[in-house]
Amino acid sequence: MPRPTPKLPLKGLFVGLKATMGIFLKTMFPKRGIKTLLPAPTIGAVTVQYPHKSPPEMPAPRARGVIALKSENCTVCMLCARSCPDWCIYIEGHKTKAPPRRPGGKERTVSALDRFDIDYALCMYCGICVEVCPFEALFWSPEFEYSEPRLADLLHDEARLNEWMETVPEFEPYEAGSTAKVKKVPR
Amino acid sequence: MTASVLALDWGNYWQQSIFRVLGAAIFVILGAGTFVIAFLFKMMSYMQSRLGPMEAGPHGTLQLVAEVGKWLQKEDLVPDRADAKLFKLAPYIVLASTFLLAVVMPFGPDAYFVNVDTGIFLALGLSSISVLGILVAGWASANKYSLIGGLRAAGQLIAYELPMVLAVVGVVIQAGTLNLQGIVAAQHEGDIFGWGGIGNPFILTQLVGFVVFMVATQAELAQTPFDMPVAESEIVTGYMTEYSGMRFLLFFIGEFATAAVFAALASTLFLGGWAVPFVDLDENAMNVVGPIVLLVKMMIVGTLIFWARFTFPRFREDQLQSFAWKALIPISLVNILATMVLKVAF
Repeated sequence: MPRPTPKLPLKGLFVGLKATMGIFLKTMFPKRGIKTLLPAPTIGAVTVQYPHKSPPEMPAPRARGVIALKSENCTVCMLCARSCPDWCIYIEGHKTKAPPRRPGGKERTVSALDRFDIDYALCMYCGICVEVCPFEALFWSPEFEYSEPRLADLLHDEARLNEWMETVPEFEPYEAGSTAKVKKVPR
Repeated sequence: MTASVLALDWGNYWQQSIFRVLGAAIFVILGAGTFVIAFLFKMMSYMQSRLGPMEAGPHGTLQLVAEVGKWLQKEDLVPDRADAKLFKLAPYIVLASTFLLAVVMPFGPDAYFVNVDTGIFLALGLSSISVLGILVAGWASANKYSLIGGLRAAGQLIAYELPMVLAVVGVVIQAGTLNLQGIVAAQHEGDIFGWGGIGNPFILTQLVGFVVFMVATQAELAQTPFDMPVAESEIVTGYMTEYSGMRFLLFFIGEFATAAVFAALASTLFLGGWAVPFVDLDENAMNVVGPIVLLVKMMIVGTLIFWARFTFPRFREDQLQSFAWKALIPISLVNILATMVLKVAF
């Protein structure tokens, strides 16, 4: 059965034409007064030519830019590497002896981190590793300007991942009424 | 029917033919390039409060060169099950119709490639060749989206060819000739109910015809309110789905060059063509000024076409057909009747 044809909304057609032409003129001739006739679209456009100029607010604080690593907190538990859907986290470690906590105590066995690499060429920014880490060793940082001409250079090693810690913002306060304490980012 | 090219009666058949081919190629490529840069890249961007391409050349004016270079480098793919010969032929059929259309355009008193007695009749006939290319492309791609797109294009072009022809009939009645140069002369020397101040650009007396013609043009070009043949959210890109590289480029050039040619046709029919008021038609300088005047009028008509394109969302397929048959054709028929009566009365 053919659907009924609605009446042609003549008034709406002109409203639409007016809207697009309005924005066109606003973008093309943003200046006022005598200078109105000088076309200056670079001023009128709301967009920013990004690599040449930085937008006023950049990046958004909770953006998923890059994953930072706090090596001291990592216990080589491998939870992040195992939960990674892309298998883009490479961890190697060995067991070593640490001095006892109390004088006269037994030497402890701890895991030492030998290698912690994240291959950002594979990473899909799902954030499961950050969620799953029980020792607060992985954090989201909003930095995103780390593109490389060579694909292999997107593999960030431990030192590079540690450097990103400086860019990790403090956690935002919870909503009003929440009783949970806001976590602190280890510096 | 004269065979003068730019008032040069020199040369034999082949020299003139080469001249026409080169001239039409320049018109098609320059027209398509101008329309893409001015409207698709810049006007569309400004209407969305952004800048568009800005990197290649000053304000991104050389972006098209980069794009064409990219397309030329791409692989020329032919689908496995496709009818390879027809598949490869189709873009050329579409482009050929545009080229032939460019040949009949008048640019000045002596600046024309061919001056046919039945110019507008020939132009409208040639413009419908492109649908054959589109149908061939849709069928030969061996792809359901391509086939649906090709059939939609065929249905749409047939439905909108009629109001376009009927809108032109009003102009032809008023001008009393099918010759495009004659139509330009009729507008230049005409008068509106006895007042001949600026001649009679037919947009003033044939406003209804102009509106119908522009709506039908929009549909013929498959620009946005009527872009069901390439509706990318429904059928990928219709008949262009399987095309890549050079052959896609040919379709792309064809689309925008046809827009340029139809803008030239609309300015010739309704805006007075290459003529300027108060300047004698046979003035020799008009051979140089005429093309520029025509270009300015083309840009005005192109602004209208692309303004509508960037404003309105797509019609539904059945709305498209009923709009053509139930609204545009009756309106243009009434327009013809009114023109006939007024022509006899005055």
